[in-house]
Amino acid sequence: MNPEVGEILSALTIFVLAILCGFAVISKVPATLHTPLMSGANAIHGIVLVGAMLIAAAAHDFISQLLSLVAVAFATMNVVGGYVVTDRMLQMFRKRQAPAAPAPTSEAEG
Amino acid sequence: MGPGIIEALVYIAWLAGAVAFVLGLIRMNSPATARAGNQLSAGGMAVAVIATAVLILSRETASPDGINVTGWLIIGAGIVLGGGLGLYTARTVKMTAMPQLVSLFNAVGGGAAALIAIDDFIGLAASGASVELRIAVPTVLDVIIGSITFTGSLIASGKLMGAISGKPIIVPGGRVVTLGLAAVAVLGSLYLFATGQPNLAVLVLILAASLVFGVTMVLPIGGADMPVVISLLNSFTGTAVAMAGFVLDNPVLIIAGALVGASGAILTKLMADAMNRSVLNIMIGGFGGGEGTETATGAEGGSVRTLGMDDAAIQLAYAQSVIIVPGYGLAVAQAQHAVRELAELLEDRGVTVYYAIHPVAGRMPGHMNVLLAEANVPYPQLREMEDINPEFARADVALVVGANDVTNPAARRAGSPVSGMPILDVDHAKSIIVIKRSMGRGYAGIDNELYVNPKTGMLFADAKQGLAELVTAVKAL
Repeated sequence: MNPEVGEILSALTIFVLAILCGFAVISKVPATLHTPLMSGANAIHGIVLVGAMLIAAAAHDFISQLLSLVAVAFATMNVVGGYVVTDRMLQMFRKRQAPAAPAPTSEAEG
Repeated sequence: MGPGIIEALVYIAWLAGAVAFVLGLIRMNSPATARAGNQLSAGGMAVAVIATAVLILSRETASPDGINVTGWLIIGAGIVLGGGLGLYTARTVKMTAMPQLVSLFNAVGGGAAALIAIDDFIGLAASGASVELRIAVPTVLDVIIGSITFTGSLIASGKLMGAISGKPIIVPGGRVVTLGLAAVAVLGSLYLFATGQPNLAVLVLILAASLVFGVTMVLPIGGADMPVVISLLNSFTGTAVAMAGFVLDNPVLIIAGALVGASGAILTKLMADAMNRSVLNIMIGGFGGGEGTETATGAEGGSVRTLGMDDAAIQLAYAQSVIIVPGYGLAVAQAQHAVRELAELLEDRGVTVYYAIHPVAGRMPGHMNVLLAEANVPYPQLREMEDINPEFARADVALVVGANDVTNPAARRAGSPVSGMPILDVDHAKSIIVIKRSMGRGYAGIDNELYVNPKTGMLFADAKQGLAELVTAVKAL
């Protein structure tokens, strides 16, 4: 096989397996966690920062430098803001859970 | 160490980052481990970014061109600028405004992914070499998906902020324009694939069509559906990032992007399910007043009963059980603390108090739990919709504070814009008190039949002020 074809095929394999993995990691999530989970996944695609850094390092003309500056700034904002805001949300969940007696369904008759 | 070994170590570090993302997401499925999961994911991100810096440095020291100082300045400036902005906004945002911030972060992520492909394509165009399909396909897909998420998320964010009307904006012929834009993007892409020439003008055309497409796609969708739209666009960004990974031949971008693309898609479906709507139905738009849906009838016919503060206080204080229904109006008025104070006061008088939490109370699923947790409302008092709905029939008073569409009985009938949306059975309570500033409509843009129910008394006040006055009135009894 042509090595370039082999390369693209292995990248495609990684892509497909990662998609299957993404389907599998979300199980029956309580509605309470939908927002933090979305926000956490939002932070993960900030990994695009790695790509932005690589194009910045390869930039030698003005247009590329400008594009990569914006890309690095955008991606970093995605990463830092995404993780910090998710952590802020989840921090509150923990505080709430500490004094709580769980199993709220059992006392529904009140 | 030779450059080969460093490249291999960097690759392994990227892989470790990807593993941290997967394990982090799994832990975020359960409240107990969610925070640790997010931190693990952030750690993986730090490892991947540092490894990338090491890779760039090692490649530059090995190359005859030496260190690209400008490149490092760009990276440093971008990280300081973007990181500072991200950190500042994430730490200072009020929890009520958090959904639009998440959408904004999603927009810039999609924008960054699109910029990578644009930059790569400009390089190819300058060299004049022909573009192979294996580069052309992901490049074009990255530009299209990335720019759609960029403008789409900005519009979604603007709608939630109130900068753009939350109502569906239907422009005559808007659908035709949207379809036309899609056709331009598709035909342009096919042209690039067929010719194999890096034609910059065609790429700019595709870019422009996709940017406008993002706007026209989100504008006709009502504000109440924005959480689902944001989640879908989040999944899009993941896919765009994976495409950027193909363009740059970078495994960690492919893995993390595909992971978010797929998990985001599942999450979008879960969110739509919680609202009893299909994703397709939402994306077609028209929810709430658009597409020929008429204003719900019946509401105008009845009369509204206004309730005095003292009457309301007596009803609450001498009730056996009270169910509080908090909505977004409570959150914007910052009345979480006032409502907790009232609840505690009532409990001291022996009243049983629960909070009924609609799955989409606030602006996003789970948003209201976050807001009440911030005000130290005890967890056992918060009841999910399915648990609390049968309890309404036994409740003496249902106190609705700033919630609207999620209490509208019109949802049980066909033919209303809110039809089929699961609602809290507030109208089953023996009496109902609604604290509301005016008779204004909710996000769905329709009248609420609950307000003309004979059992309902309206207390026209700002949520925070009204609750504070209720506290005073109950104390005076």
